[in-house]
Amino acid sequence: MSENVARRGFLIGGLGGAALLAAGCTSNEPSAAPTSEAAPAATQAAAGGNDEPGTKVTIGFSAPAADHGWIAAIAKNAEATAQQYSDIEFKPVEPTNDINQQISAVESLIAAKVDALVILPNDGEQLNQIALRASEAGIPVVNLDRIFPDKLAYRTWIGGDNYGMGVAAGHYIGTALKEKNVSNPVIVEIQGIATLPLTQDRSKGFADALKTYGFSVTAQQDAQFTVETGNEVATSLLQAHSKIDAMWNHDDDQGIGVLAAISEAGRDEFIMVGGAGSANAMRAIKDDNTVLKATVTYSPTMASSAIKIARLIAQGKGMSDLVENQVPQSITLASETITKENVEQYLPLGFES
Amino acid sequence: MSDPTKPRTDTGPPGLATARQAVANPLGRLIEGGHVGLLVAIALLVVVGLVTRPDAFGTTSNLISILSLAATIGVITVGATFVIIGGGIDLSVGAVMALSSVWATTVATQEFGPVVMAICAILVGTGTGLVNGILIAYGRLVPFIATLAMLVAARGLAQRMSDRKTQLIQPENSAIVELSTTRVLGVPLLVYVFALVVALGWILLNRTTFGRRTYAVGGNPEAARLAGIDVRRHTMLLYALSGLCCGIAAILIMARTTTGSSTHGDLYELDAIAAVIIGGTLLTGGRGTIIGSILGLLIFTLITNLFILNGLNTSDQLIAKGLIIVVAVLLQRRSLKERAP
Repeated sequence: MSENVARRGFLIGGLGGAALLAAGCTSNEPSAAPTSEAAPAATQAAAGGNDEPGTKVTIGFSAPAADHGWIAAIAKNAEATAQQYSDIEFKPVEPTNDINQQISAVESLIAAKVDALVILPNDGEQLNQIALRASEAGIPVVNLDRIFPDKLAYRTWIGGDNYGMGVAAGHYIGTALKEKNVSNPVIVEIQGIATLPLTQDRSKGFADALKTYGFSVTAQQDAQFTVETGNEVATSLLQAHSKIDAMWNHDDDQGIGVLAAISEAGRDEFIMVGGAGSANAMRAIKDDNTVLKATVTYSPTMASSAIKIARLIAQGKGMSDLVENQVPQSITLASETITKENVEQYLPLGFES
Repeated sequence: MSDPTKPRTDTGPPGLATARQAVANPLGRLIEGGHVGLLVAIALLVVVGLVTRPDAFGTTSNLISILSLAATIGVITVGATFVIIGGGIDLSVGAVMALSSVWATTVATQEFGPVVMAICAILVGTGTGLVNGILIAYGRLVPFIATLAMLVAARGLAQRMSDRKTQLIQPENSAIVELSTTRVLGVPLLVYVFALVVALGWILLNRTTFGRRTYAVGGNPEAARLAGIDVRRHTMLLYALSGLCCGIAAILIMARTTTGSSTHGDLYELDAIAAVIIGGTLLTGGRGTIIGSILGLLIFTLITNLFILNGLNTSDQLIAKGLIIVVAVLLQRRSLKERAP
């Protein structure tokens, strides 16, 4: 869900007249956008003395420009966590969706001799070289989410589990349908952008988990991670199946459109599971007045953890709950299932879509 | 066909003649030319639907959802038809719709209630269209470039305003959403809006001076100028009209998705242009019909619906749509040639 829409944004700068127009219009912009209460991710993790101020370290941070609520939350979380530590000097570089620019941004961080780097690359393959150069220069690289193919290029990888997301959704739906004693259920899946490996991983996890219950996906359609495409696809899918038992929608932002289509069609005979864990979805689960009963996380809080890990590595500390003296090489976050029962606990972590 | 010094036997640009025919015999117009092909194509798709999914396709609720799906882009297609008949092109439609939807759903706008939100969407759409029109008519920019600039700029402004977030319509403004959820005679209100826009568009194009001027300006601007038409002013108005349609479409997409977002309407410009072309409108202007465009759009919507009903994926849909565009244009060329001698 991270590589996403608004691919045209980068053209804007080039067009003088257009830019002028934009500037002219925005000057009396009605105090834009809903207030961003995207709470700085809660960071009350286990801390066995590791949070005590230590050696002062400089942490460089580079990520794509926000074109989706999830990426926006990544940047926000990283900064919020860095500010909680008096011993971190946080050095973010201008976010960009351009590979070349991200390379030179990381180069500037290497030249500035930061003590650790946190990089969410636009594309792991294409930024591999520059991460490798940072590592060779003795700067530990914490690779966030999109992985560098070369293990020499990074010290630690931390990211989400797309396959695990599918598994979590599959288990939730499998258990729920078994409890209801449904045989041959109609299970519908609405994917994000079908060509992305992450989407394929999610679908595979979903199918594999369902198989353990003897179920399979009846129909699968892809949308584009946007509200509008979610709405379009769902509208026809609902027509295709007059009775549905369960639906998994890969992305909560696109889920707003899916939910609108469901309520427009007046359908409520099935359960729906979301994906990613947006604040909107969590509020809907909490209110429990839609078909959305659960969502499986792919949480941008991983950026907070990445900053903490970079700090520990730079200070030469290990993770206090583990026996090892050093931070592990790879951390895959579990995809958690948020339901009405535990939603309160997750609400502060939800991101505004 | 564009020699202004040689008066045509049927007086006036080619569009005029066809427009007059339409008035004389609307049914004949529907059957004439490319429309036969379109109706056959729709009939074929309906048969395919009835055969492959007899249980799901022919139901009233499916037909209504096809119309609901077509409504948003249908409204845009009406505006696009005018622009293309007038010899121009508007690439900014999707972005302008996105901008209108975002502007109408900001916290500030939402405070004023649903009516102001709707008016805001329409004003933003029309205003942006007007800017396009002024740049093209008076700034002498090529339509392709002016509206391409607007496409990226409007999308960027929409992202900036919304901070790239999806803006939900607040519960107190749910009157907007009711356009989609309230049904009269079993049909959602937004389908009536769509029908109304099509009807008004048809009247404007076929029964008014404005419509005749549109054909004239698109068919041969120089002749139109000599005939005393203010070509620049007319061109400007055409883009404003297209913007107005985008504003109306923004209200419909807000109703359907309960949100305003900078991601709305992505690639709508291509769908709208494709529908217009399949519908028999010449990209060079001067010739075309609203009904053709709407039929063209219905073909696209039917294909999407059929593919989803049958569980086929998006890639196959895209291939089918591409093929249909090519076939439609080839057929059109043939029917033009047949009429030429």
